[in-house]
Amino acid sequence: MKRAALALAALAALGLAGCGESDQVVVYKQGKYQGKPDGRPWDSAPLAQEQRGGTWNKGDKSSWESALNARNLTQNEYKRIYNQ
Amino acid sequence: MARMKFLVDAERCIECNGCVTACKNENEVPWGVNRRRVVTINDGVIGAEKSISVACMHCSDAPCMAVCPVDCFYRTDDGVVLHDKDLCIGCGYCFYACPFGAPQFPQAGAFGLRGKMDKCTFCAGGPEADRSDAEFKKYGRNRLAEGKLPACAEMCSTKALLGGDGDVIADIYRERVVRRGKGSEVWGWGTAYGPGKAGAAAGGKS
Repeated sequence: MKRAALALAALAALGLAGCGESDQVVVYKQGKYQGKPDGRPWDSAPLAQEQRGGTWNKGDKSSWESALNARNLTQNEYKRIYNQ
Repeated sequence: MARMKFLVDAERCIECNGCVTACKNENEVPWGVNRRRVVTINDGVIGAEKSISVACMHCSDAPCMAVCPVDCFYRTDDGVVLHDKDLCIGCGYCFYACPFGAPQFPQAGAFGLRGKMDKCTFCAGGPEADRSDAEFKKYGRNRLAEGKLPACAEMCSTKALLGGDGDVIADIYRERVVRRGKGSEVWGWGTAYGPGKAGAAAGGKS
């Protein structure tokens, strides 16, 4: 008798679970970004040296910025070519 | 904090479209979508022809962000304006709002179907795991996470297109203008060959 009641309860729970419905529509909040969060570039590991990326400590924003800054300055040919 | 910007030097741009090609190749942008393009004014008029390379300028107060009905735009810590393609409904409001015509819509389907918006990402990918396949397929390469600058700026042969931290590229441009001068000082016979008449060699023979 107890087993039958337990089985019935389990069946009822399963049946009810089937009725559950998760939200398929985004709940909009006016003026706020609604999408997925994005990673930050300095949280990635630097590339291998032969791929000519910058060198920074993973997760360290300031070292990533200084690496990018050094690369940025190579766009100045007065400094890059003539070293003036 | 860096604030990423593009700066185009109209005196240097030679309309080679190298930036357009670099962008297409680096991000494997589909047919019909141009994240970057070169615009020329006064085409063929000597001395008055100017070209500039145009893409998303990653505005500090971006109108596309303001008009998006589903709020799929966001700004990264470095000032790059990006969007989530999973949320975009392809309505085209951002295209009407943008003064640069940066948002692009793939139209590969039947009946002029307008797909999800695609635009320049400053080679910073999008809201997927950095440097993942999913990010590359949806948004293109994430060069910032590789410690590199946008491919268009790095590829520019005359360095007319500068990309990176706004303060740094503004300094580079300022130094350039001070050294070369402005207006008619930048080009022409005198600048190329020094003072003297065109066609007259120093020895008196032409």
